[in-house]
Amino acid sequence: MTDDNVFTTRELEVYYGAFRAVREVNLDIRRGEITAFIGPSGCGKSTVLRCFNRMNDLIPGAKVGGKVEYHGIDLYDEQVNAVEVRRRIGMVFQKANPFPKSIYDNVAYGPRLAGVKKRDELDQVVESALRGAALWDDVKDRLKESGLGLSGGQQQRLCIARATAVEPEVLLMDEPCSALDPIATARIEDLMQEMKDRYTIIIVTHNMQQAARVSDRTAFFSTEVNPESDRRTGVLVEYDLTKKMFSNPGDERTEAYVTGRFG
Amino acid sequence: MAVSASTVASTRSAVEAALTGGRRDVKGIVFAMLLVLCMLASLLMLTVLLWDVVAQALPVFQKRSTGFLTNELASSPDKAGVSQGIWGSLVIAAFVVVLAFPVGIAAGVYLEEYATPSRLTRFIQLNIRNLAGVPSVVYGILGLVVFVKGFDGVTGGRSVISAGVTLAILVLPIIIITTAESVRAVPSGLREAGYGVGATRWEATRDHVLPYAAPGILTGTMLAVARALGEAAPLLLIGAITGRLATASDQGLLDQLRGKFTAMPVVIYGWANEVNRPGKKTGLTFEQLNSAAIVVLLGLVLVLNIAAIVLRNRFERKRQS
Repeated sequence: MTDDNVFTTRELEVYYGAFRAVREVNLDIRRGEITAFIGPSGCGKSTVLRCFNRMNDLIPGAKVGGKVEYHGIDLYDEQVNAVEVRRRIGMVFQKANPFPKSIYDNVAYGPRLAGVKKRDELDQVVESALRGAALWDDVKDRLKESGLGLSGGQQQRLCIARATAVEPEVLLMDEPCSALDPIATARIEDLMQEMKDRYTIIIVTHNMQQAARVSDRTAFFSTEVNPESDRRTGVLVEYDLTKKMFSNPGDERTEAYVTGRFG
Repeated sequence: MAVSASTVASTRSAVEAALTGGRRDVKGIVFAMLLVLCMLASLLMLTVLLWDVVAQALPVFQKRSTGFLTNELASSPDKAGVSQGIWGSLVIAAFVVVLAFPVGIAAGVYLEEYATPSRLTRFIQLNIRNLAGVPSVVYGILGLVVFVKGFDGVTGGRSVISAGVTLAILVLPIIIITTAESVRAVPSGLREAGYGVGATRWEATRDHVLPYAAPGILTGTMLAVARALGEAAPLLLIGAITGRLATASDQGLLDQLRGKFTAMPVVIYGWANEVNRPGKKTGLTFEQLNSAAIVVLLGLVLVLNIAAIVLRNRFERKRQS
């Protein structure tokens, strides 16, 4: 493992109860890059993403096997505090989920939990996070208004601002544009390019063009039918530079998927 | 467009005939009428009941005015009043608020937000639901055995303390269930958002789950108080007074709490058993006094419900802003 790897997974598998949702995922996520997870529904790409900040802990019955290392530290070690993990590894969700609070309080929530109390310090954090999410000019005159009053795209950028306000190292994005129109999507994609030098980003997307546009590396997940039941388990098919994945993939299943013949 | 004008005209009229004709939905109309009828029937019964009670109660308030509210229980309909009943009912409501609210809300939050789903938690939840359906007279027996007899050193026996604690236990399952349901209705996205920026379970519960669930919890708790105010059976078992009850005004609060007591539903029950002879001075009967007592009890419940609605609206406005 080199120092450039933020995450390393070895033989990662996730169970929901007795059902194995995904198996044998071996990935090296590199620092400062945008990595895209693509694949058909139910292939486990979101499940794998949620292993990186221990979001799966919240799902009753979810069990993680194998290894997920963050800078060489096993994230599922007993000594590791999931709350601290999530402070360093932020997350943006599929459906924009602002708190039913003011725009200001949405962004200030994380920093406040982390112990920032002084008003001017908070003001500064909120402003820079909103600027970073390309939202400051839209909302600077109505910081006291509800975050729920914003448009869908603005709400998602507010969620990005909220996630980045605690200055995480990694940003996990779970289909962040699937509920947005093309213009709002383009703004988020631009934003990801701007944020690239500050954060390592992993994005799950249904949209292959999006993966091709924004990411440096792409991981393609697919499903295989279990012989004993008809439930599907996700597998990692191929992981490589995005350029190669879309022009000259090594696996014929990847080729079928990216050319639209399957999935 | 090779279609001639005449074919267009004929298809148009055919389409028109097809669209405007067709069978009428007779069953649907009958069904809708049945629904309205049933609704009106229940409304009618409620109106008759209310009308009957208010019409009977009016002379009491006209002739006795506030004396009816401030007087104590007595054998003459000229003098009997509900002050002790109001006091007893308010004390019981206070016990419910102080004892059942915190315990019930905490238990509901634990079951839904903290407990890992297992066969045991499902079993516990099922049994709490069953408890909510246990007849109130059974709780009366519990109160009699445990609080009147078992802990009489603390409660003073057949006292309003015993009654308050018993009714708090009676409504506890209702509060637990409505709290759990309100917590379950909190969108998981809201929790995840909180955890996502590094909130602990306590912080996520305090900042997001509880505020979002507050209006639902509040509605449930107010319904629970209303239920407690209306219960008569457990109070009769515990030994609320139905006849004459002398309370010395120089008694301390603790002595009053540990002494004999009555409450509005018991007053109503007692007066329903009185001889129905008009009083010499006012000509009022216990039957009329009874209606007036019902109006007072309904008034208490109504005030509580209005308070709940006002509070809930305030919470909901906060939730949106």
